[in-house]
Amino acid sequence: MSGILSYGTYLPHYRLNRSSIAAALGGPPAKGTRAVASYDEDSTSMGVAAARRVLETLPDDLADLYFATSTPAYLDKTNATAIHAALGLPAEVGAYDMGGAVRSAVGVLRAALSSTRSTLSVAADIRTGLPGGEDEREGGDGASAFVVGPGSDSHPVIAEYVAGGSATGEFLERWRVPGDSYSHRWEERFGVHALLPHVGKAVAAALAGAGVAPDAVQHLIVTGTHSRAAKTFARMVQAKPEILTDNLSATVGNTGAAHPGLLLASALDVAEPGAVIALVVLADGADVLIFRATDALPAHRASPSVAEQVPGGREVAYPDFLTWRGMLERQGPRRPDPQQPAAPPSLRTEAWKFGFTGSRCRDCDTRHLPPQRVCAKCGSVDHMEPMRFADTPGTIATFTVDRLAYSLSPPVVAAVVDFDGGGRYRCEITDVDPAAVAIGSRVEMTFRRLFEAGGVHNYFWKAKLLGTAAPAAAKQGA
Amino acid sequence: MASKGIRDRVAIIGMGCTRFDEHWDKSTDDLLVEAANEAFTSAGVAKDTIDAFWLGTMASGLSGMTLAKPLKLGTKPVSRLENLCATGSEAFRNACYAVAAGAYDVVMAIGVEKLKDSGVSGLAMAAPPNDGTQADLSAPALFSLLAPAYAKKYGVTLDQLKEVFTRIAWKNHHNGALNPRAQFRREVSKEVIAASPIVAGNLGIFDCSGVSDGSAAAIIVRAEDAPRYTDKPLFVKALSFIAGAGGGTNDPDYDYTTFPEVTLSGQDAYAQAGVTNPRAELAMAEVHDCFTPTELVLMEDLSFAERGTAWKEVLAGTFDLEGELPVNPDGGLKSFGHPIGASGLRMLFECWLQLRGEAPPERQIKTDKTLGLTHNLGGFPGECVSFVSIVGSHPSA
Repeated sequence: MSGILSYGTYLPHYRLNRSSIAAALGGPPAKGTRAVASYDEDSTSMGVAAARRVLETLPDDLADLYFATSTPAYLDKTNATAIHAALGLPAEVGAYDMGGAVRSAVGVLRAALSSTRSTLSVAADIRTGLPGGEDEREGGDGASAFVVGPGSDSHPVIAEYVAGGSATGEFLERWRVPGDSYSHRWEERFGVHALLPHVGKAVAAALAGAGVAPDAVQHLIVTGTHSRAAKTFARMVQAKPEILTDNLSATVGNTGAAHPGLLLASALDVAEPGAVIALVVLADGADVLIFRATDALPAHRASPSVAEQVPGGREVAYPDFLTWRGMLERQGPRRPDPQQPAAPPSLRTEAWKFGFTGSRCRDCDTRHLPPQRVCAKCGSVDHMEPMRFADTPGTIATFTVDRLAYSLSPPVVAAVVDFDGGGRYRCEITDVDPAAVAIGSRVEMTFRRLFEAGGVHNYFWKAKLLGTAAPAAAKQGA
Repeated sequence: MASKGIRDRVAIIGMGCTRFDEHWDKSTDDLLVEAANEAFTSAGVAKDTIDAFWLGTMASGLSGMTLAKPLKLGTKPVSRLENLCATGSEAFRNACYAVAAGAYDVVMAIGVEKLKDSGVSGLAMAAPPNDGTQADLSAPALFSLLAPAYAKKYGVTLDQLKEVFTRIAWKNHHNGALNPRAQFRREVSKEVIAASPIVAGNLGIFDCSGVSDGSAAAIIVRAEDAPRYTDKPLFVKALSFIAGAGGGTNDPDYDYTTFPEVTLSGQDAYAQAGVTNPRAELAMAEVHDCFTPTELVLMEDLSFAERGTAWKEVLAGTFDLEGELPVNPDGGLKSFGHPIGASGLRMLFECWLQLRGEAPPERQIKTDKTLGLTHNLGGFPGECVSFVSIVGSHPSA
């Protein structure tokens, strides 16, 4: 019996009030909000955030990490390797991108479910479009992650994969030329025409394979690249409102490649043991996955849940949103441009830069961030062992708000953080209202893209205040 | 510390110092020529008399040729040194040691910095190629980390501290207004200082030192040779220097209310000079007031005030020009300006003027004390280098 062993999701801190778009650009104000990745997040960093919530310990048979996104931070170079490094996964675990199309994410899940070994499948996306357009308004940013596999005593299956169905077609419904910052779409009604026949076929195949009647489905998730087609399908099958999983369009927006997983997670957050969950994804055809929740589910639900993350933290002003997405270039401070991180030092410090791994003196237990060879306390040389601090909370010893330092979102807030159990590091604080920071504030670490310089994304860790957003359970990496 | 010191073995016989300013019309070469020539004239020596040179510059030129070429030094040895903002002091320290060692008879220490050609605000230093993990905070932000920690430890409110910072900036502008070589030569009201735009933490523009260009130089000989050049040499009583191991940034025991490197280098300098009560024995002190909270903390680290009390002493005027122990009578980094490589030697220049009674009358300190202290710091709280010198107008009894 193969299925889902664990799941986790990540919704960024910021929300854009859709009415602020019309307030700036004119037109009728739209309702609701959308989730917005901060200026220091990208699909890779959000993928890390979701994946960190997946498992306290990784299954022994974890074979591969797959990462799906339609907004990859890099091409040519694999992005899943940064997630792999941030999670501190063993080198023998493969890491592969399934890049480009929104549909890749559900494809990854299908492929993983057919594997005989455990797979970590991560999807993340930043979805937007031209200012004032539907994609900007209706899109959302977020990430979802699943470990799927045959299961074991330590990692039981929490949702059994019962059957699936798929139908594929070639048509121009939504597309984007590499390098473009927004997607093109054909006329909306054409998408309904092109997609719907595929959904019918995929659903029929899945239900037949599962041997369940349509009315046995207790959680129906319908999502995809075309919201009108998804809505039309739900109406055609006369789905009862109480079985339809909220597609989060009013609050989060459509998170692209991350969305099928996000909604599946939302269903798993509430499904009772034995419940049948059908995930229907409309993208370049249709894919249907049918799961049945097991008795192990209630004890293994994700924390935080999707519902806990939906409200988010602070509102982002529309001009800032445009700036963060590269749609509005603004005057920076009269300071030098940030320096491009160099490849050789970044390789030498991979465990530190990507995994926030310092060192602990074996002789006197002093912790060092970054890792050192000579102990600062007892002076012993090369008596160190690696120690990961990414999952260790800390306390602010002192802090400042820097209005001179370079940032896409000034001011920079920085603090000296003392980690529980020992170790100190000075770093930026992100997703923060400067007025909320105090000596003694509790923080946790988060993997971010500090800046991009010379075509290189500078990934590293920042702190964020604990308790200001949905808390991440302190989980241990490898 | 196991430093033995070279008390009274060498002396300064001449100094020079350019005005510190935004010298749009002067190059690094121009500034070096001006400071060096003033020092030659001051000591009454020709360029060729100098046996060896120590040039301090953080980023205005590489190698000793930065000095040899504009001054046309022929075949003289020139060392080029860098130790962050203590660079000028480091040039002086090494020059003194060379004379004390007997390697040379007459040497020059000279510092220079040309900051205003960069086109950016504040300081800008390119780091070596790196992994991008070091948070690029501005200098005022790094020093502003002192404020909330000090406030919390000593039960002072941030508003009270702001008043203290304002008082320090006001005092240094007051002193600088009396100094024709200072970058800023105007008094600034406390209201204007307190209301200046915030740069980092609770520090405003007026809590930051001046970014400027400038150069300063000293000529040093063996103490017994000094009378051949001047009636009023300045004897070197103590030279202490510490390069911190960066402990504070990574050590939870460090509380951001002190510079341990400064405390230790101060104690070392006092031991070398035989000073037991610096507040009572010093005529004046030039300290590294890169930002106003730095000067506050230095008052305690240098034992001018008890721990946790310097803020009250500042408000009481203890360190004013007419106070018990004048601090930064020339305006300090705040008002005189801070061309990195020149600053340490500029501090000695004020000791040179004050202890010889040659400061302009309106800021000449009236005292019978004969010792002056300079303190020069590079880096930031938790990770810094610290230099302390003590100089005096009389040989020790």
